[in-house]
Amino acid sequence: MGYSTREPRVHLEIGSRLENVELVQIAVEASLQQLAIEEEVSNQIGTAVREAVANAIKHGNRSDANKQVSVDFEILGNEIVIEVKDEGVGFDPKQVPSPLEPENLLKPNGRGILLIRRFMDRVEYDFQSERGTALIMRKHVELPLRNSDRQEEEEE
Amino acid sequence: MKIPARHNSGVTILEPKGKITIGVGDVALREAVHEAVDAGAQNILINLQEVTTIDSSGIGELVAAYTTVTKGGGNLKLLNLPPKVQDILQITQLFTVFDVFDSEDEAIASFD
Repeated sequence: MGYSTREPRVHLEIGSRLENVELVQIAVEASLQQLAIEEEVSNQIGTAVREAVANAIKHGNRSDANKQVSVDFEILGNEIVIEVKDEGVGFDPKQVPSPLEPENLLKPNGRGILLIRRFMDRVEYDFQSERGTALIMRKHVELPLRNSDRQEEEEE
Repeated sequence: MKIPARHNSGVTILEPKGKITIGVGDVALREAVHEAVDAGAQNILINLQEVTTIDSSGIGELVAAYTTVTKGGGNLKLLNLPPKVQDILQITQLFTVFDVFDSEDEAIASFD
């Protein structure tokens, strides 16, 4: 058994400025550190969040500082679930060219979604959300048992 | 942040430190490469040993630097990749593009 839904939830709202990407990554990695998640996994999740927030700012909100990006982070069972929402009009992920195709290999951009997909287990988009686009990312993690969980298990 | 540059046997060695990420270090890398090229550098080696974090923007700057230098008839190679940078170069398949070295002497010799 791992952490349950009563465990940490984090909600962040940021203006669409690139310097805020750093803040979100720091906040998410600090939360993961508190959960004693191994550093490599924490870095992968932090990088995925950074890429998602950067895309939300640049492509979703088109760097309009009046538009917000929200980040929700929670633990569901042994899964980290992170939702990044922007106020953009959405896009068709199938139309995003693969940066691994030979003709795209030397392009300076277009690798963010690839990194998100590689570092997280599941990635979904929700274009029906009430404001803009939501990117929902999930990753299975090994969470150490807390003392209270151990007690519950022993009682069972 | 200005990226330090030094020279060894006709090769310009750039040594970024810390982050090469969107808004932090990516522009500095671009400027350092352009400055080196404008000063006539043909052979550029980027030593990434002290880089702690790189993201898709940072990788994009490495690719742009490679393109700039090779279009001008020069060579750009990478030295001392930290594991995190190595991972990202593998995922993005850029290992097939860049020459990567663990030893400065070997890297310098490869430009001959």
